[in-house]
Amino acid sequence: MDFKFTLEQEALRKEFDDFFKEEAKNAPEGWVGGFEGRYDTDEGWAYHRSVAEKLAQKGWLSLPWPREYGGQELGLIEQAMFNEAWAYHRAPGVDFWGLYILAPSLLEYGSEENKREWLPRIARAETDWCQGWSEPNAGSDLASLTSRAVEDGDDYVINGQKIWTTGAHRATHIFLLARTDPDAPKHAGITYFVSEMDRPGITVRPLYYMDRSHVYNEVFFDNLRIPKKNVIGQVNQGWYVTMAGINFERSGCGAVAEGKRDLEDLVQFCKDTERNGQLLAKNPIVRYKLAELATELEAARQWGYYVAWLQGKDPMAIAAPSASKYFTTELIVRLANTAVEIMGLYGTLKRGSKWAPLHGKFQTICQFYLGVTIAAGSTEIQKNLIAWMGLGLPRK
Amino acid sequence: MNLDLTEEQQMLKTAARDFFEKEFPKTLVREMEEDPAGYTPELWKKMADLGWVGLVIPEEYGGTGLAFMDLVILLEEMGRACLTGPFFSTAVLCTLPIIDAGSEQLKQEFLPRIANGEMILSLALTEPSATYEAAGIATKAVPEKDTYVLNGTKLFTHDAHIADYLLCVARSKVWSAPEDGISLFLVDVNSPGIKISPLEAIADDKQNEVILENVVVPERNLLGELNQGWPVVKRLLEQAAIAKCAEMVGGADWVVEATVAYAKERVQYGRAIGSFGNIQHSLADMWTEVNMAKRMAYYAAWVVEQGLPCSLEVAMAKALVNEAYKRSTRVAVQLHGGIGTTRDHDVGLYYRRARQAALLFGDSDSCREMVAQEMGL
Repeated sequence: MDFKFTLEQEALRKEFDDFFKEEAKNAPEGWVGGFEGRYDTDEGWAYHRSVAEKLAQKGWLSLPWPREYGGQELGLIEQAMFNEAWAYHRAPGVDFWGLYILAPSLLEYGSEENKREWLPRIARAETDWCQGWSEPNAGSDLASLTSRAVEDGDDYVINGQKIWTTGAHRATHIFLLARTDPDAPKHAGITYFVSEMDRPGITVRPLYYMDRSHVYNEVFFDNLRIPKKNVIGQVNQGWYVTMAGINFERSGCGAVAEGKRDLEDLVQFCKDTERNGQLLAKNPIVRYKLAELATELEAARQWGYYVAWLQGKDPMAIAAPSASKYFTTELIVRLANTAVEIMGLYGTLKRGSKWAPLHGKFQTICQFYLGVTIAAGSTEIQKNLIAWMGLGLPRK
Repeated sequence: MNLDLTEEQQMLKTAARDFFEKEFPKTLVREMEEDPAGYTPELWKKMADLGWVGLVIPEEYGGTGLAFMDLVILLEEMGRACLTGPFFSTAVLCTLPIIDAGSEQLKQEFLPRIANGEMILSLALTEPSATYEAAGIATKAVPEKDTYVLNGTKLFTHDAHIADYLLCVARSKVWSAPEDGISLFLVDVNSPGIKISPLEAIADDKQNEVILENVVVPERNLLGELNQGWPVVKRLLEQAAIAKCAEMVGGADWVVEATVAYAKERVQYGRAIGSFGNIQHSLADMWTEVNMAKRMAYYAAWVVEQGLPCSLEVAMAKALVNEAYKRSTRVAVQLHGGIGTTRDHDVGLYYRRARQAALLFGDSDSCREMVAQEMGL
């Protein structure tokens, strides 16, 4: 067993780190990163776009893709390192939806025409995507979705509604799932489409998060007309196209790096802050909590590299990536809540006041991250997958 | 980066698993729990003949010359099998410091006889102070002509009752900082003045009280430099913590597998209990925690093997493995229902071992304090 990275990997890691460290200087005042950072304000969105363009110029938005579509053909370990660097520096610029969800599906199931139309534009940061999957009655049970796509000449006409559509109010494009065969078993009648957001028939309505931020949306389709060439993969095969997308790069190394950065800030706060005549950093209870968080983050980091390693050998590995997703996201919720607790009365102050330490980020994260333990396969679903696919336990 | 076992390690793992399945079935585990010695010379000889007792002893001293990671692989299988006996005491706790700090003379005298199964050793470190900190060492070693005279009480001393030699940690200089003035001695157990009595503990693992009253040790049995023993002990404690993690992770793997298997076969309410969501989630949690702890233990073992500073990684790994083993065994008993609580059922063996192992060479709270210190708090 060898936990060393190659010299090339170390050099690449440094290159990523240097870039994002430099870019972090351009962040708006009080920037805390994450989806809220980029989607909630115009300022945040402008910062995201400027970083995206620079990343595109460097070719860093297509690291694992085949060269013929503008990629560098790097491996999952390099991709994990890139994710660690941007997450640690809380950088925007990476169109998560286009790059990590849509592109893998395109590469596996897209026609040559699809690939050549969309991949270069994603790599050049000419597009910002949102994901039209979940519906009010189709969350964990995504396959039960009812948005309908009806063939009409050279087009499909879509009617229906999506929910939890991250960044739909900022996106230029959407990839969406709709039912093309209502008589087929539910997994077998779904088709995967892509569309511009400015086509007639698309309406976006904000879904305000509990902290008032505007990240999520409802998206309504009223006779949205999409040309047939915008079908990705085969008609009625949309479920399988989706599976290819969701399985890419599930190491969780990015979330861990974000957590590591958050913990560093918390540790510094504890070293700088006294309470009841004692530095927080010397309080045994605080030391215990911080040590436990640091230990769990390191465990998550090691597990993340293991998942990247495994996925390199077996892209369809289920249990290990599922464990990473639920453990890491739950850990960040725990970290943020513990931070608020340790910071005491200061911990709940929102940014804007001189009295609010760390731009109020932990009260933000402890709210925002709840959505992350629910999205992309909730903790409960991930545990089901470990139980069914990993441990072979019966479903009934 | 390569996170797989080597082919040789895979072969060692398979050979060890097969060997212990055949030679150390659970019936023998239970027999040894009741047996005062806690091991059979026949099995000990077989393990020596396989080269396992001397696994990390260099070939020039009659050992197999393998590395720390290989020992980790073997220990996992021993933990899985609930192996009792003096392997950990001899091959890990006493062999590693002799390799690390022994003079050529001591290495020649002890290592070949350890490797061929002739000699059993016990580490006499902990005392009534019940700590792994240097300040906990009160046993005194006073020089007298060409000997040292040892006085003190050692407690929680595994396998002293069957040992040929004790590796005794004593304070050879008072009026100095606790970590200054510690020395290591190889003490013949037949020396006059040694009184060994057994301590019964949760895992039936042959701990002892060792009273040393004016025990005379020839000066050539000083291991390493006089008063310079603590760095050797500190290094040993880090290696021992990871070695113990390996054993624990091997046991925890068995626990996960056995509990999943039981959940699939036990039927209540007309269906396998493993079809209930709450049970599935408990098992998913268990699998996740145990396997994450295992990968962390491998990482820490690699850092140790590389000779890199490892205090942080070892402390993190030990804390994670402690909690994973304790929690998984607690849940395993629960998921087995009533039978899990019986002496007859195997899961109790692991529950008891987990609680003991979690306290050896780094309890979780001490580990977390170490992490806090390494974080600069």
